[in-house]
Amino acid sequence: MGSALKKWKLPMIMLGPFVALIFLFFFLPVVLIVILAFTNMDSAMRWEFAGLANFQKMLEDPNLFKIMKNTALYVGFTLLINVCFGFVLGILTTYYIQKEPVSLVFRTIWMLPRMSPPVVYVLLWLWFFDPSEYGVLNSLRALFHMEPVAWLHEHPMTAIILANGIIGASFGMIIFSSAIKSIPKDLFYAASVDGASQWSIIKDIIIPAVRWPLMFVTIWQFLSLITSYEYIFLLTNGGPLFESEVLALYSFHKAFQNFEFGYGSAISLVLVIIALIFSFMMWKWFGMQKMMRSSKIE
Amino acid sequence: MKIELKNLCKSFNKKTNAIDRMNLTVEDGEFVALLGPSGCGKSTTMLMIAGIYKPDSGEIRFDGQLVNDWEPKDRNIGMVFQSYALYPHMTVLENIAFPLKQQKVPKKERMERAKQAAEMVRLGHVLDRKPDELSGGQQQRVALARAIVKKPKVLLLDEPMSNLDARLKIEMREELSRLHKELGITTILVTHDQEEAMMLADRIAVMKDGKIIQYGTPMDLYHRPSDFFVAQFIGTPPMNVFRGKLIGNHLHFLNQSAELNNEQWNTAQGELDVYVGIRPHEVKLGKGGDIRAKGIVQMIEPVGHAQIIRVNIGDEQLRLFAEPTAAIEYESEITVSFHLSSLHLFDVRTGKSLRKEIMKESQTEEMVG
Ligand SMILES: Nc1ncnc2c1ncn2[C@@H]1O[C@H](COP(=O)(O)OP(=O)(O)OP(=O)(O)O)[C@@H](O)[C@H]1O
Ligand SMILES: [Mg+2]
Repeated sequence: MGSALKKWKLPMIMLGPFVALIFLFFFLPVVLIVILAFTNMDSAMRWEFAGLANFQKMLEDPNLFKIMKNTALYVGFTLLINVCFGFVLGILTTYYIQKEPVSLVFRTIWMLPRMSPPVVYVLLWLWFFDPSEYGVLNSLRALFHMEPVAWLHEHPMTAIILANGIIGASFGMIIFSSAIKSIPKDLFYAASVDGASQWSIIKDIIIPAVRWPLMFVTIWQFLSLITSYEYIFLLTNGGPLFESEVLALYSFHKAFQNFEFGYGSAISLVLVIIALIFSFMMWKWFGMQKMMRSSKIE
Repeated sequence: MKIELKNLCKSFNKKTNAIDRMNLTVEDGEFVALLGPSGCGKSTTMLMIAGIYKPDSGEIRFDGQLVNDWEPKDRNIGMVFQSYALYPHMTVLENIAFPLKQQKVPKKERMERAKQAAEMVRLGHVLDRKPDELSGGQQQRVALARAIVKKPKVLLLDEPMSNLDARLKIEMREELSRLHKELGITTILVTHDQEEAMMLADRIAVMKDGKIIQYGTPMDLYHRPSDFFVAQFIGTPPMNVFRGKLIGNHLHFLNQSAELNNEQWNTAQGELDVYVGIRPHEVKLGKGGDIRAKGIVQMIEPVGHAQIIRVNIGDEQLRLFAEPTAAIEYESEITVSFHLSSLHLFDVRTGKSLRKEIMKESQTEEMVG
């Protein structure tokens, strides 16, 4: 007993602060959300347990179906653009553009929106979609003598998907291009000697090699898309009405505009559960166990 | 398919040429080995023939046709890469069948032929495994099967047997030799193993620093090396070498002198430093030859059918073969001898052979090659 204490004393002292930090910043929020979800805390900040009342309310919430649908559409299509576009950019800047300086410039350009503050990036999109005839899209329409369109009013979902899709692509691009660069050159040579077409090289060599990064990027982007809302908040603020409202933004609105902290937490809890289920599904789908299996050598 | 390389150059940096004005002709159906030290440009040459690297200048011709700008897939070649380059997520069978799949061979026939090729390299029992579940030698054989499965016109083998055990190596050599004879595929083999090159190749090209030093039949290279580098490189154990001096037609080495025949040898104007070479198996015990020397036995290595004796003559070393029954003791003094005609002489400065007939032959060879 005494010797065990001796053995663990130093690690405990060294690790203690980090364990505390992890608990404070990673674990506690989840615990708080779970607890709050079962209260009807409001601006008076009183803990009053309300059982399943929040979830009851959610089922009866007339906007919730619309918001769920928006969330699915938004996450689905943005994810598709993120991953596919990131993959295309990755291949483009490694396999098709072999000159490193050129592809570096190209990649940097795609990274720029990530480096600039969201407000600036969104301002560009606002200008792009501006309903007056001075907006980029509308001035293009003006060239063909067409009436200006209030884009953000008429196609709010398309706007938020485009804005998020394009900024998110750079993440996949970086991950994919480094994965593609780590494929041994000889594999490409062998494939070209074996007469493989471009499509076959992508399908038979590149995609299998980026299986892991593909899973990682998909899960990572999914999680960040489903829980973050800053670009939607800045671009349309969920409007008009609930046309582009998604769950994360709704939770924010409920909690910090209507001060229904309890209800907002309940929505967040649903988000966390969806995220967990999805991650688990992806894990299964990409055959994690198979990848982890150790190799047999004769 | 006849392959010609003319004045081929390739450099990876601005300073040096990895391949420097290389000329090589491989006749249709010929088996040629590229032999040379590490980094001399063997793989680079192969990759240029395959069309993966583009030459900086010079010509590559297949059957007389200029193919510099042809894509690898249009050249009808099979290649074993030095790194094997197996597709990691495909099984052995899928790997071997991959070239056929690209040729749109129907699935049934494709699998049939892939299995045949796998059988040929003795891999019938591991068809369903992934490359990372194979040993190095097995991977190498998969690469070999993949290269031959589509029965290409040209086979490029970059050290295809370096990882095999001795017995398997012999089996694979025989298979390769048989395959080459049966299908008449023009084959270029890169190897470090000169025995392999001697056994398989119709002709051997010895490379150094991106150049071909000598190109000829194995016997040519062994008996009439045109260059000191080739002489040292070919033959195991390596040729014995002494420092010597050539004054006129008098050769001084091992504290003695001999008179050289003017018709056989290029003699020196004044004094010339030379390397004097003699193959171990040309040296005999006893006083049978023109040149005799006494030496102290330093080492005795039995190699089965013979024993290799190393003796010190003064401060120079010499190896020779002796009958396995010859009773020789360590540290004893023995007399060895050899014939003047079996000597090789090389100019120390240029490395060129001083033998006259060789000069002629290598010159004509240069013109042909
Ligand atoms: N992709 C490359 N980039 C830069 N230099 C290279 C490249 N490939 C080869 N070289 C250089 O060219 C020279 C010839 O290389 P090569 O691979 O042809 O040698 P090799 O004869 O096949 O050697 P080994 O027997 O070790 O395989 C070497 O000096 C090498 O450093
Ligand atoms: Mg090599």
